[in-house]
Amino acid sequence: MSHVVKITIDGVECMATSGQYIIDVAKENGIYIPTLCNYPGVKPKGSCRICTVKVNGRMMTACTTPVSENMEIDNTSGDIVELRKAIIELLFIEGNHFCPACEKSGNCELQALAYRYSMMVPRFPYTFPQRQVDAQNPKLVKDQNRCILCKRCIRAIHDADGRAIFAYHKRGNKVEICLDPKIGKNLSDELAQKAMDVCPVGALLVKEKGFDQPIGERKYDKEPIGSDIEKL
Amino acid sequence: MSKPIVATTSLAGCFGCHMSLLDIDERILDLIELVEFNKSPINDIKKFTKKCDIGLIEGGCCNSENVHVLKDFRENCKILISVGECAIMGGLPAMRNGIPIRECLEEAYLNGPSVKNNTEKIIPNDPEIPIMLDRVYPCHEVVKIDFHLPGCPPRADLIWDALVALITGSELKLPYEVVKFD
Repeated sequence: MSHVVKITIDGVECMATSGQYIIDVAKENGIYIPTLCNYPGVKPKGSCRICTVKVNGRMMTACTTPVSENMEIDNTSGDIVELRKAIIELLFIEGNHFCPACEKSGNCELQALAYRYSMMVPRFPYTFPQRQVDAQNPKLVKDQNRCILCKRCIRAIHDADGRAIFAYHKRGNKVEICLDPKIGKNLSDELAQKAMDVCPVGALLVKEKGFDQPIGERKYDKEPIGSDIEKL
Repeated sequence: MSKPIVATTSLAGCFGCHMSLLDIDERILDLIELVEFNKSPINDIKKFTKKCDIGLIEGGCCNSENVHVLKDFRENCKILISVGECAIMGGLPAMRNGIPIRECLEEAYLNGPSVKNNTEKIIPNDPEIPIMLDRVYPCHEVVKIDFHLPGCPPRADLIWDALVALITGSELKLPYEVVKFD
């Protein structure tokens, strides 16, 4: 049985239904908690840790933690912001994120978060990993250089029979996303577009188009990510 | 008080960041009132003639000459600023970082589709030619860099605001539209 619980986020009292995730309650109350691996309508995973908040003094991921009575949530204190910034910087150095050559630039959530958290340069040394670009699929290009392993595509993209089209393969620091060659061959245009939209970065791109929005008119050109939530 | 002295250089860059500096339009007249230029491609001064206050670095380090120039700038400038994505993270030239250097050179001089006249199969190795590094290095991984201005190129307004803030000692405001990585 769900019931109403009272929680506070940064001192603001919020009413919530028990079982709701912190991230959704915050959104309903006009408070933005940054996310990368989380996607509306897809089961949360808690893999990117960017939504980390302090719940009664303990670090927890807001996308996987359900609310309970009298939770005190800290979303803005210095160490939380610093932690998020470090995660963004680590994601930048861990892959090959060369924004000027990326079709997703301006619409990329990772880039938008770097803007929001005023990243000028990552504090860590770049690793320049050797990664592959796979253009075998007739509809999609998969650029492993940009993948942040959020698993959004694995969780959100299914064929008509409910089978996942994407999966992880390999292990540890060699893990990467792969696209089922058999099911992927008959990927519809809509599903290919959905896969590109679901990807927070430019790792999945629909073939034969790109750079169709001029600079200045892209999603995060004018306003920081999360402004839509904060305006509520 | 004498004017602050600015030096600029383009290492493994495309001169786009220098073009963006010129994009400050008529403010260039204000700039020459504010600062004096020393070693820079803008005035074609090739060697440092005095110690400078601000050094603007475009491009990363892809060969031994880039490293030499960058170290020269560090010695002669009080403040060094990485201008643009190439200086900050290697940029476009760094796309070769995943490929072994031998493979790059062989593609360029031996096996590339447009290689026709290299009948003796020579990869240029004259001691006069700066030697290529194993990979392209961001400037701050070679010397200490004090500030970074991202963008490809950084917006003219960002370069202007940063220079003015630095020269006048005022706080640099960073409007959202001005700091972009592309």
